[in-house]
Amino acid sequence: MVKFVVNGQEAHSEQPADTPLLWVLRDELGLTGTKYGCGMAQCGVCTVHLDGNPVRACVTPVSAVQGKRVTTIEGLSPAGDHPLQKAWVAEQVPQCGYCQSGQIMQAAALLAKNKRPTREQIVAHMNGNLCRCGTYNGIVRAIQRAAKEV
Amino acid sequence: MNDLELLEFRISRRAFLGGAAGLAFSFAFGFPTQTSSQTSSGRLNAYVSIAPDGTITIQQPVAEMGQGISTGLPLIVAEELDADWRQVKVVQSGLDPAYHHPVFKAQYVVASISTLGYWTPLRMAGAQARRMLIDAAAGKWGVPVAECTTEPSAVVHKASGRRMTYGEIAAFATPPATPPAVDAKDLKNPADFRLVGKGVPRVDVPAKTTGAARYGIDARVPGMAYATFVRAPVRDSGPLSSNADAVKKLPGIVDVVTLEHGIAVVGETYTAVNKARKQLKVEWRKGLPGDGINPDKDLEQYLGDGRDPKRVGVEWKSKGDPAKAMPGTAKTVSREYLNDHVYHAQMEPMNATAHVRADGVDIWTGTQAPTRTRLDVSKALGLAPEQVMVHQQYLGGGFGRRATVEASVDAALISRAVKRPVKLILSREDDLWAGTFRAMTAQRIEAGVDAQGKIVAWQHRVVGEPVGDFVYHRGYNKAAKDRDTIFMMGAELPYYNKVDHWRSEHIMEPERTRTAAWRGIGAGYTKFAIESMIDELARMHNIDPLAYRLMHTDDGRARRVLEKVAEMSGWGKPRPQGRALGIAFAEYALFAPKVASLAAAVAEISLDRKSGVIRVHNYWAAADAGVAVNPPALAAQVESAIVWGLSSALKERVTMVNGVVQQSNFHDYPILRMAEMPDIKVEIITGAAPVPSMVGELGVPCTAPAVANAFYALTGRRLTHMPFTPERVKAVLSA
Repeated sequence: MVKFVVNGQEAHSEQPADTPLLWVLRDELGLTGTKYGCGMAQCGVCTVHLDGNPVRACVTPVSAVQGKRVTTIEGLSPAGDHPLQKAWVAEQVPQCGYCQSGQIMQAAALLAKNKRPTREQIVAHMNGNLCRCGTYNGIVRAIQRAAKEV
Repeated sequence: MNDLELLEFRISRRAFLGGAAGLAFSFAFGFPTQTSSQTSSGRLNAYVSIAPDGTITIQQPVAEMGQGISTGLPLIVAEELDADWRQVKVVQSGLDPAYHHPVFKAQYVVASISTLGYWTPLRMAGAQARRMLIDAAAGKWGVPVAECTTEPSAVVHKASGRRMTYGEIAAFATPPATPPAVDAKDLKNPADFRLVGKGVPRVDVPAKTTGAARYGIDARVPGMAYATFVRAPVRDSGPLSSNADAVKKLPGIVDVVTLEHGIAVVGETYTAVNKARKQLKVEWRKGLPGDGINPDKDLEQYLGDGRDPKRVGVEWKSKGDPAKAMPGTAKTVSREYLNDHVYHAQMEPMNATAHVRADGVDIWTGTQAPTRTRLDVSKALGLAPEQVMVHQQYLGGGFGRRATVEASVDAALISRAVKRPVKLILSREDDLWAGTFRAMTAQRIEAGVDAQGKIVAWQHRVVGEPVGDFVYHRGYNKAAKDRDTIFMMGAELPYYNKVDHWRSEHIMEPERTRTAAWRGIGAGYTKFAIESMIDELARMHNIDPLAYRLMHTDDGRARRVLEKVAEMSGWGKPRPQGRALGIAFAEYALFAPKVASLAAAVAEISLDRKSGVIRVHNYWAAADAGVAVNPPALAAQVESAIVWGLSSALKERVTMVNGVVQQSNFHDYPILRMAEMPDIKVEIITGAAPVPSMVGELGVPCTAPAVANAFYALTGRRLTHMPFTPERVKAVLSA
């Protein structure tokens, strides 16, 4: 059994040690805001924070989170009001929305370390997160907007 | 599938065209005839319910896949209802004939015609509900209906200064057993619109920033098993033999279900299923037409067929008599264009959850085609359609991929076999392996010009497999007399109205590929050919490509988008060293020229000659899609389609060997990334057309030709094969 903390609460998984964290979160813990897209860290829709760092949950075995803190989109802010979430609404970023949990979690990790990222830093940090609706420019605008607030 | 066939045959033009003729019929909305929609007291008609607390619930019948339809359609109802938008709650409707799209006679979203199709019905629905509220208030006050009017969410009687909110009316009024008929005179003058055209935030956005939005893949049913499905690699093939018995014994595996067209692995967790799936070995039935698909060789064949004067195509559209006019022209020019298969790559892999019970089945999925889901699942299980409940979820991308419903059918068959609810999720690899693709084509255009370079005659041949039979059902194309809208879309010159003689035809190749509607459908490649050819003719005659296009149209709307995008991009002004501009124009229309959306675009590119990588720095688009119901959402859709189009023009390519797809995930099927994005500016033009027209795909067709034409401006070379991969670019530069 793997024990860890998800969004500030203790959690555990009964699944085999090599089970990807993604499916533990989604199917065992019911946190479906984190999405499945590729299963091989190629698209970023499953991005969560592990002790504050962005990781791809689809290639993170649950055994690797023993004793660690996992934050998902559901736990980013108490009321969905993280500056990035507000900026995402203000800029009307999402279209289909499927990739946006991962985009926001990836962006949140950037702003936590770099409160005033340049456009180039934003693009470099976000480039691994795919969006098939092509909302990339909106994402950049939203991150820049949020950066003014944090 | 009677409900979905023959798009063009079913068009009821008067439902769309607006104006006096269009509205000279009345609507009488009743209540839903089936119980699938949530019913509530205060229901005025199929679309509108009002609660005593003032909450206005509006049913919206179309799948939300990011296009903003769950805001746009209710906004139309709210406008005519004269609702206070802050009091509106939007609910995804169930399946009911009351919600059918007037063209499709079904709930179905394809071809970008949801807003166009529902525009008049929803205005009528809102007006009817408003009329019922006025009737009730006037009756209560004992004043003539004609003396009453409305303000946002309230009926007012100016003469006596009385005012009643919609909520107050809902508290006492009983809707009449037969809702009143309404007609054109009950509708607002568009000049009085308070909501349509003003821009409101999308109702689906907040939940998409918190993880709360529910997609098909998020469905959870107590006791459900997980499944994946390995579809035969080739159309109409299926498993001949497999090691299913061995896979069945793997840990966590519930069953391995062999169906005619593939094999399902079912287990207690998705991880167990994925592991077991990797152990599954299948021998597939051979001897099918698809076994012979080898795209490079096939394109050679297509090119040959396009050149063969003995090949007779199926005419798509024409004007005048180009065959007769061509010999008399001053000069004729022929060019050929190619495009490869492309994959939807929707971020949410195909999935569906099914629970087959003794008396029916529940399906949870995000689908563009909920009515078809019901019909196809009922047919597969031998049930009546009413026994199939479809629970519509958000779509993690549609793009045409979710216009077909095989995931739901497969999930239902698997659930029946294992006697449990089943959540079926394709892995990305299986999603691509079993993908449905935009047709591969070769195109040949012959143009005859006069001494000044003006186009006199134009012949356009598009060579490739028909698409309709696979997307809809066997026999579709025959019934449509082989007029294949998905394949031929855009192969026409309705807005270059000074070209007197043109004709396009489909040279049909044998069907063997799993083809699809893919955002932009045929216009994604036909406009590449047309707009590249036009550009080349312009340059050949030393005429500016913008001026050359304007020379061939006196249509006011077409000229306006061209002139607007020229202004936006600074067309004709010097660019920085190493940069160049390319321009393109395209209509997106099933019913041109009566109802059509128009776009013009300019791309600014640079080129790394060593690597062959094209970089798009700026992209400007002017779009006229008639009435803009929610302008910011419209602009966002155009931008989205531009990114989609650029991605396909620059990068995307599915290859096959003997019919077997060679790509497996995003590492070998790359799509456009943030670092590759241009700055994009979109301007929406309104005022010239009386109804909303097609939006979702409007941005796609100009992308490839705008980039290819910019490439010519930069290098003097033509790119004629999509996508413009670095290898192809280098080959063109060194040729």
